[in-house]
Amino acid sequence: MNNSILVVVLASAVTYGTPLLYSALGELVAERSGVLNLGVEGMMLVGAVMGFWAVQTIPGPGPLVLILSVGVAAIAAGLMALIHAFLVITLRANQIVSGLALTIFAGAGGLSSYLGNDLNLADAPAKHAFGAFFPHGMQTLPVLGPIFFEQNALVFVAWVFVAGVAFYLARTRPGLNLKAVGESPAAADAMGINVTRYRYIHTVVGGAFAGIGGATFSLAITPQWVDGLTQGAGWIAIALVIFAFWRPALCLVGAYFFGAFAGLPFTLQARGVTIAPELFQALPYVMTILVLVTVSAAGARRRLGAPGALGTPYVREER
Amino acid sequence: MSKSKVALVAALTAVVATASLVVTAVGSAKQHDVFKAAWIYVGPHNDGGWSQAHDEGRLAVVKALGSKVETTYKENVPEGPQVSQVIDSLVKDGNKIIFATSFGYQDAVLAAAKKYPTVDFEMATGYKTATNMADYYGAGEDAIYLSGMAAGAATKSGVVGYVVPFAIPEVIRHTNAFALGVQATHPGATVKIVWTNSWFSPATEKKAAQSLKAAGADVIGQNVDSPSAGQYSESAGLPWVGYDSDAQKFAPKQWLTGAVYNWGVYYIPRVKAAMAGTWKTGSYYGSLSDGFTKLAPFGPLVSSATKAAIATKLAALKAGTFDEFAGPLYDQAGKLRVPAGKKLSLGDLMAIDWLVKGVQGSPKG
Repeated sequence: MNNSILVVVLASAVTYGTPLLYSALGELVAERSGVLNLGVEGMMLVGAVMGFWAVQTIPGPGPLVLILSVGVAAIAAGLMALIHAFLVITLRANQIVSGLALTIFAGAGGLSSYLGNDLNLADAPAKHAFGAFFPHGMQTLPVLGPIFFEQNALVFVAWVFVAGVAFYLARTRPGLNLKAVGESPAAADAMGINVTRYRYIHTVVGGAFAGIGGATFSLAITPQWVDGLTQGAGWIAIALVIFAFWRPALCLVGAYFFGAFAGLPFTLQARGVTIAPELFQALPYVMTILVLVTVSAAGARRRLGAPGALGTPYVREER
Repeated sequence: MSKSKVALVAALTAVVATASLVVTAVGSAKQHDVFKAAWIYVGPHNDGGWSQAHDEGRLAVVKALGSKVETTYKENVPEGPQVSQVIDSLVKDGNKIIFATSFGYQDAVLAAAKKYPTVDFEMATGYKTATNMADYYGAGEDAIYLSGMAAGAATKSGVVGYVVPFAIPEVIRHTNAFALGVQATHPGATVKIVWTNSWFSPATEKKAAQSLKAAGADVIGQNVDSPSAGQYSESAGLPWVGYDSDAQKFAPKQWLTGAVYNWGVYYIPRVKAAMAGTWKTGSYYGSLSDGFTKLAPFGPLVSSATKAAIATKLAALKAGTFDEFAGPLYDQAGKLRVPAGKKLSLGDLMAIDWLVKGVQGSPKG
């Protein structure tokens, strides 16, 4: 039963959806403040490499080292986001250009590769890795075993993050202020909200989330460092935010949906079902394009929850 | 843009320009009379697999020839239009011999060979040659056959999973050799294959291994480049056969063995020949005998009986008294492809597009 296609696909949806979930959630937080950050892929890779460096370097008991490593990954990626924040908030540079530049600078072939090679991280397994969180006996339970009990701690922490972000946005004063900043910075400014500070904080926090997403690869899914190991997950995460209409709970659904798509062709192949792999690998992107087209109509965009001021710098004098 | 920002941008530009001038100056100071050789890799130079094995070959050249040669490499070069640009820049930098180490580079290398007649090109795993373009590879299949024997001895269910990259003759040849090796130690065993459509993609390779386990495989083998299927096998408790490099450290308990390459065997004499001006085109096909390919050290799960059986076959392969592609060979549908007493020629193997009996999966990817 645990080897049935449905269970295997659902299990891989959760495993491979998790890094997407962290990064998409981070991007959602940044975008809610009105800052679009296309540097997710680059920030994930910096998180992956620095998290891996930490796990190889920090001495101590495994669980503690892993927690610290995730923290290092978050801080490193947060610093990358700070560059973006400085460029687009303080210098009011074009957000799209700056984000792309961040991915090129920090991503594969850039800073993350330099760090990984310079710190000699390649060609070695992680000293500690996030394994199954629950005891072995529970992992063999039917259906729930592979889907739930075989998963690592980062999967469950992600759920806490989703609930936390949802609660923050809907029920807390700063969360409501954040939405105001993203919708109409001028109005928020008039209300006495510090637009610049809100945008800085949420862009950096968003970057930190992406760093955890990257560390999910290097500390849990494939516990090793290789150049460019996220392989485009950052781009899917950006699409996911739109796919999820800027809502945290839908981010979870979308991330697992994309995770399932990523695993399905291989599961089918192993059962002797051959479908053109190109077709399957293209499907998530086809879905993304469809969603993009749907939400791009201006009316739909507002109705579906795109922050009104997304992508535009705020200049008080030009109000 | 305000005045202060214009000043800032101007200052930044000045800094960058100065920095690049300094870098150029350092670069040109290094221009002395050394022979330059270059390598192009499809993955990172330290991928723990294919590209790393090539890079170890490059380092063997450095070790053998010392300061007489200056080597460089370009990594993560995709099999697309970028190859031509990379070659152009390597030629511009004064490289006199260029080793292209992935099958998909072939047409770009052939075009470059025409464009740059004074540069020697070397195409790994290719089949096209020119007066200044040689091919090189070797009988990895022989070592892969031996590694398949270890997998066959380890399987209890009689189902072995094999993670494969692209449906090209090289990989199909290797898959057949692996399956024949499995069947040599476990008659009637099946080998299930999953195509990843990538030479190097750690997360995808793990997914493929997971799906093979779910489909009943209790041993995992691979023809792809990263050790992530091995890391998964270690955590899932499945014996694992690697490829390209000794990756036992990624799966200390479950590692069985793996076919590995020693590219230095070829690179050292070729660079020497290019330096001496005696380089000639050709098609090199290395073997177990000349040290080009061999089996990596065994892991703890391999029994002494299996080791002995592999040693016997290794000796026979080296002596030429055994050929894994000797008939009778049947294809997946059970059709006799090679009758008893015949064997597949090197030419047949270079173009093979069918899988042997017992392999489950499509030979078309």
